[in-house]
Amino acid sequence: MSPHDLTPPSRLQARFATCQAEQRAALVTYVMAGDPDLASSQALLSQLPAAGADIIELGMPFSDPMADGEAIQRAGQRALGDGQTLTRTLAMVSEFRRQDTTTPLVLMGYLNPIQCYGETRFLTDAAAAGVDGLIVVDLPPEHGAGFTARARDLGLARIPLVAPTTPASRLPALLAQGDGFVYRIAYNGITGRAGGAPSGDMTSALAQLREHTALPLAVGFGIRDGDAAAAVAGVADAVVVGSALVERLDTQGPEGALTLVRELAASMKRSAG
Amino acid sequence: MTDYPDIHGFFGGSDGYGGRYVAETLMPLIGEIEAAYDSARQDPDFNAELAALQRDYVGRATPLYLAERLSAHAGGAQIYLKREDLNHTGAHKINNALGQALLARRMGRTRLIAETGAGMHGVAVATVAARLGLTCTIYMGAKDIQRQQPNVQRMRLLGAKIVAVESGTATLKDAMNDALRAWVASVEDTFYVIGTVAGPAPYPRMVRDFQSVIGREARAQIIEKTGRLPHSLIACVGGGSNAMGLFHPFLDDPVALIGVEAGGEGVESGRHAASLNGGSPGVLHGNRTYLLQNADGQIQDAHSISAGLDYPGVGPEHAWLHDSGRARYVSITDTEALAAVALCCRLEGILPALESAHALAEATRMAAELPPEAALVVCLSGRGDKDMATIIEHLPAQEADL
Repeated sequence: MSPHDLTPPSRLQARFATCQAEQRAALVTYVMAGDPDLASSQALLSQLPAAGADIIELGMPFSDPMADGEAIQRAGQRALGDGQTLTRTLAMVSEFRRQDTTTPLVLMGYLNPIQCYGETRFLTDAAAAGVDGLIVVDLPPEHGAGFTARARDLGLARIPLVAPTTPASRLPALLAQGDGFVYRIAYNGITGRAGGAPSGDMTSALAQLREHTALPLAVGFGIRDGDAAAAVAGVADAVVVGSALVERLDTQGPEGALTLVRELAASMKRSAG
Repeated sequence: MTDYPDIHGFFGGSDGYGGRYVAETLMPLIGEIEAAYDSARQDPDFNAELAALQRDYVGRATPLYLAERLSAHAGGAQIYLKREDLNHTGAHKINNALGQALLARRMGRTRLIAETGAGMHGVAVATVAARLGLTCTIYMGAKDIQRQQPNVQRMRLLGAKIVAVESGTATLKDAMNDALRAWVASVEDTFYVIGTVAGPAPYPRMVRDFQSVIGREARAQIIEKTGRLPHSLIACVGGGSNAMGLFHPFLDDPVALIGVEAGGEGVESGRHAASLNGGSPGVLHGNRTYLLQNADGQIQDAHSISAGLDYPGVGPEHAWLHDSGRARYVSITDTEALAAVALCCRLEGILPALESAHALAEATRMAAELPPEAALVVCLSGRGDKDMATIIEHLPAQEADL
């Protein structure tokens, strides 16, 4: 085994290979790091895989999350109110990795806290902590080439976001900086639209994307329950659930959130079977 | 110095300020706006319609007025006021709102959205929306709605819908966040009219260009009146659109450029809105610029008595002019700005906006140190009627002598 085989993207590849072998879509669960406090957030993180999360997306809180709806805005405010920092978020990942070396974990957030921490230092520390990939909402490929190259050198996947507004002409540049999987945003809007199952013809949208990439295709934004997740699982390689989970955590606590994860996983497995 | 921004929207090279740091959903759309703007600005018909409305609807050109008694009081340089307060709607904001609204209509958009702090940009956008027959929604922080009721009622009367922004700190930065969020969800029919020289490229350039009418007029007017270029230009800087509009036509001239930030209770107090004097570089609202932020890159609240300067960032071209040394940025406190309001009222019979009063305070201070043959051009960016409640509340009774 070469050292390269041990680099983090292989965790994402392995997990997608497992799901493919089981002929089902992967469940990607988003929680905000430090919401509502560090200890309970760390505990929830460790319980997500057993509840059925195939891939964990961990939000890095930011004071001004311009692509996020109310649920994730408030989760970020709760985390920041409890004193969450990027340093603490990375420490959470290290702690998670002490007991789980197989579940892929990707960080999602905004550029400013990363730049403030120092881009190179962040990438180095993220790789060392056991992060597998990064989604940086406000770093488009036009400005992200250097960041992507450094991330790749460290074995971190840069997961590209593709929107309904993205024309085919932009895809080569976007996907050239993409690793891990592609995150297809389900609708034009911010996260957590009420009653927001994917709009438009997702099947043909994903088919068009597949012409441009061999990476697994995940769909997220507005997927709130098992039925919606199962519907998307029928056409995508992965289903991302964020706002609904964050809301459930807020209203029903960690047990409520884990129950939702179990429901989502069960629903997606049923539809696959 | 007038070559910037580059094609990627950066001022001062790719390590400089600006850019287009937005979510993917907006990237294609903003590219369309840039293409449409670059086509419009070279279209004689577009420019002719803009010029006609500037003249007959806005009331341009605005006068360049020698403030004789204020100058005599300062006891040095001659202080000239560029009277943007005499524009329709009472501030420079309409220069930009009109330009962007015409561009929106040209692109087939039927709906305008905008953020507003004090409400002056909101009023300007609501006004041009009414004039052009476009629908209009204004995002305004819930706290600002409370302290700027006359402008809120004015916008409603003009037919605009007002959305009270409760997210974050419920002020201007959050209004901008929510306007961006709303835009992502309505990209097909909606044009976002950003009110200052910030935001993702091409907004900083586009807003600067529409505001540069201030500097073009002022340059011709001061040369006509004095036979030469002025010693300095002085303008207040929140996001910095009136300052950028005044400065830009003078960038290659031997003229000092002075931007005046809101010092609030003093930059050293931590309660201020002086991003250049008390902030550090970062990325917010689509551009890299100086921001008020903590050590973890979380954006901090700005503070100023003037709601229009109460923003934790600044336009990226100012960030570059600051770093390059081409412009100098100072700060004026709430107290100093209030005193300048009173002084300008007493000596000139002009009630300036609290924003503009920051520039007046610095001009008065500077003038005292300069000889009479020096001319200072101050952008009197808006009138102060909107600020009456704040002024009465804060100006000491003996000072106001009411």
